[in-house]
Amino acid sequence: MSGRQKLVVVGAGMASGRALEHLFAEAPGRYDVTLFGAEPRGNYNRLMLSPVLAGEKSFEDIITHSAAWYASHGVTTHFGEHVTAIDRHRKVVISRSGETPYDTLVVATGSAPFVLPIAGKDLPGVLAFRDFDDVQKMIAAAAMPGSRAVVIGGGLLGLEAAAALRLRGMGVTVLHAADHLMNRQLDPVAGAMLQKAFEDRGIEVLCKAQTQAIIGHERAEAVVLEDGRICQADIVVMAVGIRPETRLATDAGIHVERGIVVDDQMRTSDPHILALGECVEHDGICYGLVAPLYDMAAVLAKTLADQPAAFRPLPTATQLKVTGISVFSAGDLETRDGQEDIVLRDEEDGIYKRLILRDDRIVGTVLYGETTDGPWFFDLLRESAATSDMRGTLIFGAAFQGSAPIDPYGGRCSVAG
Amino acid sequence: MTALGSAKTVKTTCPYCGVGCGVLATPQADGSVAIAGDPDHPANFGRLCSKGSALGETLSLEGRLLHPEIGNRRAGWDEALDLVATRFREAIERYGPDSVAIYGSGQLLTEDYYVANKLMKGFVGSANIDTNSRLCMASSVAGHKRAFGSDTVPGNYEDLELADLVVLVGSNLAWCHPVLHQRLAAAKAERPDMRVVLIDPRRSSTADIADLHLPLRSDGDSALFVGLLGHLAHLGHVDADFVAQHTSDAESALLLAEDWPLDRVAEATGAATADIATFYDWFAKTERTVTVYSQGVNQSASGTDKVNAIINCHLLTGRIGRKGMGPFSVTGQPNAMGGREVGGLANMLAAHMDFTPEAIERVGRFWQAPNVATKPGLKAVDLFAAMARGEIKAVWIMATNPVDSMPDADAVRAALEACPFVVVSDMNAKTDTGHYAHVRLPAAGWGEKEGSVTNSERRISRQRPFLALPGEARPDWWIISEVARRLGHSKAFPYRTPGDIFAEHVALSSFENDGTRDFDLAGLSGADYAAIQPTQWPVRTKPSARMFGDGRFFTPDQKARFVPVVPPPPIRPAPGSFVLNTGRVRDHWHTMTRTGKAARLSAHYAEPFLEIHPADAERLNIRRATLVRVSNARASVTLRAVVTDRQPQGQVFAPMHWTDQFASNGRIDSLVAAKTDPVSGQPALKMARVHVEPAGARLFGFFVVAQSPALTSDYWAVAPINGGTRGELAWFNEPEDWIAWLKANFHLPANARIKTFSDDRVGRRNFAVLEDGRLILALYTSPDPVIVSRQWATTLLTKTNLSASVVLAGRPGADMPDPGATVCSCFSVGINTITAAIAKDGCDTVEAIGQCTKAGTNCGSCRPEIRRILAATMASLSQTRS
Ligand SMILES: Cc1cc2nc3c(=O)[nH]c(=O)nc-3n(C[C@H](O)[C@H](O)[C@H](O)COP(=O)(O)OP(=O)(O)OC[C@H]3O[C@@H](n4cnc5c(N)ncnc54)[C@H](O)[C@@H]3O)c2cc1C
Ligand code: SF4
Repeated sequence: MSGRQKLVVVGAGMASGRALEHLFAEAPGRYDVTLFGAEPRGNYNRLMLSPVLAGEKSFEDIITHSAAWYASHGVTTHFGEHVTAIDRHRKVVISRSGETPYDTLVVATGSAPFVLPIAGKDLPGVLAFRDFDDVQKMIAAAAMPGSRAVVIGGGLLGLEAAAALRLRGMGVTVLHAADHLMNRQLDPVAGAMLQKAFEDRGIEVLCKAQTQAIIGHERAEAVVLEDGRICQADIVVMAVGIRPETRLATDAGIHVERGIVVDDQMRTSDPHILALGECVEHDGICYGLVAPLYDMAAVLAKTLADQPAAFRPLPTATQLKVTGISVFSAGDLETRDGQEDIVLRDEEDGIYKRLILRDDRIVGTVLYGETTDGPWFFDLLRESAATSDMRGTLIFGAAFQGSAPIDPYGGRCSVAG
Repeated sequence: MTALGSAKTVKTTCPYCGVGCGVLATPQADGSVAIAGDPDHPANFGRLCSKGSALGETLSLEGRLLHPEIGNRRAGWDEALDLVATRFREAIERYGPDSVAIYGSGQLLTEDYYVANKLMKGFVGSANIDTNSRLCMASSVAGHKRAFGSDTVPGNYEDLELADLVVLVGSNLAWCHPVLHQRLAAAKAERPDMRVVLIDPRRSSTADIADLHLPLRSDGDSALFVGLLGHLAHLGHVDADFVAQHTSDAESALLLAEDWPLDRVAEATGAATADIATFYDWFAKTERTVTVYSQGVNQSASGTDKVNAIINCHLLTGRIGRKGMGPFSVTGQPNAMGGREVGGLANMLAAHMDFTPEAIERVGRFWQAPNVATKPGLKAVDLFAAMARGEIKAVWIMATNPVDSMPDADAVRAALEACPFVVVSDMNAKTDTGHYAHVRLPAAGWGEKEGSVTNSERRISRQRPFLALPGEARPDWWIISEVARRLGHSKAFPYRTPGDIFAEHVALSSFENDGTRDFDLAGLSGADYAAIQPTQWPVRTKPSARMFGDGRFFTPDQKARFVPVVPPPPIRPAPGSFVLNTGRVRDHWHTMTRTGKAARLSAHYAEPFLEIHPADAERLNIRRATLVRVSNARASVTLRAVVTDRQPQGQVFAPMHWTDQFASNGRIDSLVAAKTDPVSGQPALKMARVHVEPAGARLFGFFVVAQSPALTSDYWAVAPINGGTRGELAWFNEPEDWIAWLKANFHLPANARIKTFSDDRVGRRNFAVLEDGRLILALYTSPDPVIVSRQWATTLLTKTNLSASVVLAGRPGADMPDPGATVCSCFSVGINTITAAIAKDGCDTVEAIGQCTKAGTNCGSCRPEIRRILAATMASLSQTRS
């Protein structure tokens, strides 16, 4: 045995993958790493499951860490192997292959799809959209000619699934409980434009649709709405949200609220156990986008390397990954006092841009159709930059700043000067 | 418009100002007409100003009246002419000859003028024919006649170049007679010793070449020149021989002048004593002095006296009729002089003959007219006043727009409205005057008609056609002759060509003349009309470059007259009100019926405006480029404020061009009282008392649109641009439903897709409609005057592949380097940006690239691609380095 410390990582997902990269950069050779992953494959880019489902990328394209990479960093991998328990007392994790001891344990179990507690939820043909297995099931269902899918949930995930399944030739209906699509990220105008774009692709979208039950004999056959409407379905994809995957931690008696509670250094209530990713709760917040998880990964690596670091949450931005439809949203979209809107509306070209400002600073933005400037607005938002000097052209983006000089006067009478 | 015959170059003259430049017009294969200055024409030697150069852009048939109209219906010529003749005959029979009138224009050609004058004065038997030259030249005519016994401009343009001192009085030569200005500027550049003095309340553009600018109070000119006369006499700068032999009445003029020493002149005019002294000194000591004067002198209630005050100084010094010296009236219009020559004003008879018994008899004999008018008729202002009183039963207006250009213009409008029968001959279907016509007759325009004109230096030039008559348009001489025939005077109006008329005009000028009348064209009799070269009259045997060099004038005793002038009190600003001065802008002509068609000419000034001094503006809380209301008891107009110290305090300036066709409420002459010079009857158009205040616009707008709009905003002004129309707008209250407003005002289809930008807190809204990358409409609105570059925006209609953002933003985007194909979609980072980071910023890892460009730092899915780009770029870099 080497004198290295034993680091066990549970969950081979996006957060842990990035954390290991940082760790090997910060403290090469300090730990012997053992990585458990319930999925029968190594780390891959989960975000990119959508293009894979759409047939735009292959699974190979989205693998982030190869067998060679694990080997070169001396990572022992246990893929397809669930960790079933943590024995904190003995500092071992338990799985199919037995007990694996750790000096330090990292829990990165991500989250599990939220399943609506309705009748028929367990019927075959009711799927989630979380991992590559789900994607394979959906691809198989789509291969049957004339098959239909009902996607429950008109958020990011549901819409990406719906668009992808439609591309694969399925008849698709999106059932969304709120007034407009992506209601957490978009305002009603952008939501309506988005709906129109989906409908233009032949996807049926029903908003304010409360799902009552999934019915079928052997497998799911239809979804019944509260108003009595019935939507035929060969598969039903549930994309109504996620819940942190905390069971392991809860069972081990670690402090868990909605997620596994961590401090700024990503430590749990057990000093030998760290956690990161969607499974954690920091300062009362659970995250569902990758950017903050990457920040956690950097912090966690430093903590493991005994370097000071602290996780600071930053505003997040969202984009919809549906080819041909660009949506970008960031910051606070709620209507509040003292908030000012700058709006650009171009229904003809399918463009809608809204900047929400307070005290001349961007606090939120929704871009639909033309999102190139999203990152620039997002920068201004995060930097809380004063924008009064560029107010007139702000919404037109970075390319318009400092451009052509303008008439100092209003009327043509400037020429007389 | 259709070119006449095969495309060849035609020699003609510019139809705008009184410089009368020669123009070469060449119809092109594509239907356009190439315009160039005529290098052989002695007025301009090839030069043209902006207006002249753009003549080719004013020839489209858009907006032209192409057939007669009775009421608002199309009519045939016979029907229309019959109706005109009938109504005129009925009025004459019932109410007498003085119940009808013709109101003509300095835009008419001499031949048109001649026929109109002959019809009225010889055959209708009334001298009720006056023209817009009354608004322009009448005081010069009267001043000339008082001093010289004839309406004679003694000098010529060359004198301005030969002079050592050129005094410009009430003349913005740079804008109103640009080619003459250019000639003067060129001469001054060649001989820097030459001096130019500008006498004008405003520091106009002409001040640029002036060595001295005397900003007088309005109507301070008489005091200045009376003072000068006294100064000259006092210091003995007198040509005693000339005065003794060739003038009379010097004593009485000098006696009055004694009362005007320098300090009194300074007190009265408001100019600095030292500056006046300098001017007097220069004038006294410079033999070759030309005094050029124009509308600032003429358009005044004391215009005739001003003219004589100036002429007096030239008589006292004997500086007249010789090279490089003399008083010089430059006319506003292209053929004001021609009109005067035929006698086309109510107080003249014909061919520089007045209503003397001999002249009446002589002209009657020449015309074989039994019914020659025996007394002067109604001058312009009196004519419309009589019309308002119901005394004029039928009026025929030709080539002029009195509803806009007359003083008390709203009263003129009311008079026309009340007149039982109004005929308007015009090129344009829609004019503010034509609106009140019972019969509209389509007149041929420049390039279509032929005839002759006389410029400010007595030079007669031929205008020659190069375009076919469009539609049913006809030359004015033809129309008038047709009515004359229908009134039973076929024998006296047998003309088949303008050449026939010109020959008669020549004959009348020399008829029993024998040197008694200045205007004599004997030398042109029998000339080949088609080939007549630019010729200065009188031309008894040969043309005359200058007059009065021999000291012989056209008074009975052949001596010039000094006219004693008592200067009126100059006009001082009264507390709470402003003195309004009116005038022209460089690129527009009169009421814009032609220049208003040219995009190029509308770019200089695209809306009516008011120039006001910064201190006055500040006091009244008038912010620059906002709108002001200019009002008095007569009317109220809305103009754009141009805050400028070119304008003296207490005085404001506004251009006279804008009509209801181009602006919602910019008819400036509606503010001017119908006050006239007692001698000439010329109205004092350069003076009104007005109140100025912020108009209170809550919202401003600026637009460019492909189709011509029908605007309902509280304020609007439109101008043509390439591909459409531009306009300025303002509202006192914001439209409630913008989309409906846009659709109605810009004729957008119900399903038009309108792109919008809005910033509610600032209150800014921009709208755009595009079709296949071409602009249909862009409108910018803001609670402050809209800050969008007009220069840039007015090019949008001709562009293709326009981006909606560029239009809505109201400015071009900066020239951003092309980022290349997107690699990182989270941060929109393109391949070019990444390779630049590697090559230029030395990023050599994926992380470094991420730090530099953000690429790959969010979802990270592009990191493999970044890695590939990095490897490839490094490889090619090391290759090029090794
Ligand atoms: C289709 C899709 C599209 C997305 N698009 C975006 C996007 O565009 N932008 C964005 O910011 N986010 C997106 N997300 C969310 C993003 O993928 C997640 O936030 C991120 O993957 C969470 O990372 P994680 O490491 O916390 O969890 P995960 O990536 O889910 O990794 C957790 C891993 O742990 C394994 N595991 C769980 N329990 C155990 C156990 N007991 N033993 C062993 N292994 C276990 C799981 O099987 C899983 O493989 C998307 C998610 C999906 C599903
Ligand atoms: S407007 Fe006057 S100066 Fe200009 S080209 Fe015509 S005639 Fe000449």
